[in-house]
Amino acid sequence: MAELTYRQAIAAGIAQEMGRDPSVVLLGEDVGAAAGVFKTYSGLYKQFGPTRVRDTPISEEAIVGAAIGAAMTGLRPVADIMFADFLATCWDMVANQAAKTRYMLDGQVTLPLVIVTGNGGGLRFGAQHSQSLENWAMAVPGLKVVAPSTPADAFGLLAASIRDPDPVLFFGHKALYAVKASVPDGEHVEALGRAVIRREGKDVTLLALAAMVPRALAAAEVLAEHGIDATVVDLRTLVPLDTATIFEAVSRTGVAFTVEENPRLLGWGAEIASLIAEECFEALDAPVVRITAPHVPLPAAGVLEDSAIPSVERICATVLERCA
Amino acid sequence: MTSTPIGTTPGRADQATRVQMYEQMVHIRSFEKRVLALFHQGLVPATSHLSTGMEAIAVGVAANLRPGDSTLCTYRGHAHVLARGSSMEAMFAELIGRATGLLGGKGGSMHLASAEHGALGSYAIVGAHIPIAAGVAWSAQYRNTDQVVACFFGDGATNIGAFHEGLNLAAVWKLPVVFVCENNRYMEYTPIGSVTAVAHPAADRARAYGLEPVLIDGNDADVVFTAAAEACSRARAGDGPTLIEAETYRHFGHSNSDPAKYRPEAEVEEWLERDPITIYRSRLLAEGLDESVLTQIDVSADDAVEQAASAALAAPVPTVDEIEKNVWADGSGSWRS
Ligand SMILES: Cc1ncc(C[n+]2csc(CCOP(=O)(O)OP(=O)(O)O)c2C)c(N)n1
Ligand SMILES: [Mg+2]
Repeated sequence: MAELTYRQAIAAGIAQEMGRDPSVVLLGEDVGAAAGVFKTYSGLYKQFGPTRVRDTPISEEAIVGAAIGAAMTGLRPVADIMFADFLATCWDMVANQAAKTRYMLDGQVTLPLVIVTGNGGGLRFGAQHSQSLENWAMAVPGLKVVAPSTPADAFGLLAASIRDPDPVLFFGHKALYAVKASVPDGEHVEALGRAVIRREGKDVTLLALAAMVPRALAAAEVLAEHGIDATVVDLRTLVPLDTATIFEAVSRTGVAFTVEENPRLLGWGAEIASLIAEECFEALDAPVVRITAPHVPLPAAGVLEDSAIPSVERICATVLERCA
Repeated sequence: MTSTPIGTTPGRADQATRVQMYEQMVHIRSFEKRVLALFHQGLVPATSHLSTGMEAIAVGVAANLRPGDSTLCTYRGHAHVLARGSSMEAMFAELIGRATGLLGGKGGSMHLASAEHGALGSYAIVGAHIPIAAGVAWSAQYRNTDQVVACFFGDGATNIGAFHEGLNLAAVWKLPVVFVCENNRYMEYTPIGSVTAVAHPAADRARAYGLEPVLIDGNDADVVFTAAAEACSRARAGDGPTLIEAETYRHFGHSNSDPAKYRPEAEVEEWLERDPITIYRSRLLAEGLDESVLTQIDVSADDAVEQAASAALAAPVPTVDEIEKNVWADGSGSWRS
């Protein structure tokens, strides 16, 4: 098992797929010799050259639009949108074009494309470079939504996203890029639509995504000291959503919390809480509680940002209060 | 405009192609006449956008395209999709929401496409298909083909960001695209000149992307053919995109529900005089083509349209289980385990 950082794992996942499939291409701002502003593409330009790893102008609509056109006609483009916040400048391409074209054309074309983007906060970048925007994508029929929490998943889920025949939004988490952990040797591909239970516990279930997974795991250790044994589910993909694993975990504990980095209104946890209420209500001992950022733009100063994004302390305090 | 417009030498297409262009224009005209009638009968829901009066552009460009080449167009796309050889019956059926429609009833009037004919979609968000066309061309370039992409859009589209992003990318990557701005002088209801900083909304912007301005008479099929021929050969040779501005006019309103009262009468009169079909018919006759050939085309176009419309009208509506189909490549619409 090799030790890779999350950012190296992104590059490795793409390299694996470019190596086996000549139709895979990468485009975006500064992705070539510069290897991406977060260095998530190190080595790709050198290994695969400028026709497969293409620098673009600062034209988010053209980046995603070009990926759509190329995907329709035989390529498997990976389009980099530097910060997820910039998706707002090309949301027409994402939500109106990539997501709907296959359906509107009743299957005449397929769009095997991936948009890789730097998502999430914790780095003091302020309100326009820190958002957790997976919910925007989750709200649009026709998009698959992936948000890994570990280097191994960054690798394996990105490989799976590239092989997937549909448009995938791959939300890399900026605060996890430096995290180092082991990644399986040899070819590595995960399946989209499978949540993973990162910790088994009998008392409560914490449902988390991306950077909230390590926090939920840390919180579980603290909760254990208080005699509360927590299950931690890493959702990994929001679309397709692994409701089977979610319901199974919730049914075993009867108590569930979502841990979401996004602002409160209509975060993914709202949908999951609603599904749990509709489909496994009998298993619940208490209402599902959502732990989210407040419904404000993310502030920049450390103390403010830290108190906005769910912390280990806030997760523990919320669970302890509810389980008292 | 400082440079000499290219494409002003009519008649470079061979005679068989020219007769075929006439035939296509007549088919499109007849098709859209029937569409309007169906709309007035209440059978075409929402609306549709006719290109009546603008047929020479779609036809003159399509005559230069080969199997494997792609076209992307707007909601005003009947002409472009028909000119690639798509089925009239399936188009009628789509417009009236039948199961046999080109898109099984899922797309409707604004999204006509026939991928098997290279018609890769009609786009209803103004300008969106301009970067997408660049992507199709990027794929053609990457796969080492000599395929070209024709991308049609209106004058109004030249003021949206996607136009500028798409043009710049196509130019710097030397992509094989023929961008065709159909300048019919109006957005929906606003004259383009009143909201645009330059007189020729596409041609005057060409130099900003390192391209030569190309301003042509879009109501002359021969002129369009010649300009498109030059642009296609440049694209096939790897010399990059061309931006053509074709001046034209729509005979009707923006959509079927628009009486177009905002246009000066004299302007409308002037452009009705410049009907691309009338002009072409007279030219072919003046050059000695037997009138019976053209009359035969006129009559059989109407027959073909009538047959296609009747067949579409007799087709069933889609079954509701279609709703969940074809969201994803596996044919399903499922979002959960
Ligand atoms: C982004 C966007 N803005 C506005 C509209 C509404 N709209 C539809 S057609 C149209 C006019 C477009 O004019 P032009 O590009 O000249 O094309 P034409 O209809 O004349 O062929 C407008 C404003 C739209 N569909 N998309
Ligand atoms: Mg117009």
